[in-house]
Amino acid sequence: MASTLRIGTRKGLFIYEKSAAGWRCGAPAFLGEPVSMVAVDPRNGDQYTALNLGHFGVKLHRADGGSTTWTEIAAPTFPTTGDEDGPTVEQLWELVPGGDRAGTLWAGTIPGGLFASTDRGESWTLVESLWNRPEREKWMGGGYDQPGIHSICVHPGNPHLLRIAVSTGGVWESADGGASWTQIGRGLRAEFLPPDMAHDPAMQDVHRLVSCPAAPEQMWIQHHNGIFRSDDGGHNWTEITDVKPSVFGFAVAVHPREPGTAWFVPGIKDEYRVPVDGKLVVNRTRDGGKTFEQLTAGLPQGPAWDLVYRHALAIDAGGDLLAFGSTTGNLWLSEDQGDHWQCLSNHLPPINVVRFD
Amino acid sequence: MATISFTDNLKRHVDCPPRELQAPTVMDALRLVFAENPRLAGYILDDQQRLRKHLAIFVDGELVRDRVRLRDPLQPDSRVDVMQALSGG
Repeated sequence: MASTLRIGTRKGLFIYEKSAAGWRCGAPAFLGEPVSMVAVDPRNGDQYTALNLGHFGVKLHRADGGSTTWTEIAAPTFPTTGDEDGPTVEQLWELVPGGDRAGTLWAGTIPGGLFASTDRGESWTLVESLWNRPEREKWMGGGYDQPGIHSICVHPGNPHLLRIAVSTGGVWESADGGASWTQIGRGLRAEFLPPDMAHDPAMQDVHRLVSCPAAPEQMWIQHHNGIFRSDDGGHNWTEITDVKPSVFGFAVAVHPREPGTAWFVPGIKDEYRVPVDGKLVVNRTRDGGKTFEQLTAGLPQGPAWDLVYRHALAIDAGGDLLAFGSTTGNLWLSEDQGDHWQCLSNHLPPINVVRFD
Repeated sequence: MATISFTDNLKRHVDCPPRELQAPTVMDALRLVFAENPRLAGYILDDQQRLRKHLAIFVDGELVRDRVRLRDPLQPDSRVDVMQALSGG
């Protein structure tokens, strides 16, 4: 069971540690700064925190494992094009370790650039093979002005096999470490598009994509208008309908060993996004989406208006520990797969990302 | 000599004391500063070397016009102030 929980918020990084006295938070790091993403490289303990300084741009910091001393390193940056309207990284929206050795990282960004580093973030390279895909013309902003890569799934047994998701831009796969890409995602449906375009894989608003670590071909999507499951690595998707109280949400977490077990935080769709009837619930399925349980023990049942962002629900590698946080600054943790929740704080800044080490 | 100074709000991120220099344009002045302080560049300019959208630069009290190439001319005794806009908070 993990004992460290990182919370990236609008006003800093908060790290909770489990002790005999329970989960306690130390002094914040980067106080006052918006933290958009956090990551730990399990191979060497390197810690990463991405900032989105509104005036001064995206920054990335690294600390050695176990250290609280942060050093600014290079942030992913687009090459200069000479065009007046060339791209610039607006937000670092996903950061995952990858490759077959420590220090290899993948970063997803708004406006949709995928970047790779092989030297612990000292330098980054734009994955041009994806950036230059003509289908990128169809990508659109999903909640932001520009599209963004928010999910990167590296196959645990094959570091060259990658699946990423774009909001909005669908799901993409590379089988050669990013040298080439294929659009996948048959069966995804965009309710917000005209019927003849609704199944265009390049126009899907995937909110979050996850894969089961023990069975990586088993994947889940929380989409703008529903929940989808794949049994073949994201090539084909089955829509899960009739989910109470709602199929809408941003986040999804999958059990590390049981691919049919997944958690969602439902909300009223589209512009509302708040809990249905003002009751905060976590939905759990243990049978691949055939049935769902609404988990409420320890969660406010009215009225509560918490919104949980796509990176703000996490499960640890053990599979029993879950945590989620809201834009209202509330943070909950469960040690029994969601049967019971304890509130760790009602007073954090708006929460962007929640991750266990 | 012209002078360039930076908003106090940058100091918690990167050292950037005021500097005297001679440069024909705003971008030339920034390049001189960045040559000595490379980390500062990414705080002022975006990936395409444009002035970041929530920053403003004043030359002798006037807002720069050319936010893309920063070719606004400097006088030998110009005062350049790099400020953060109130937007972007």
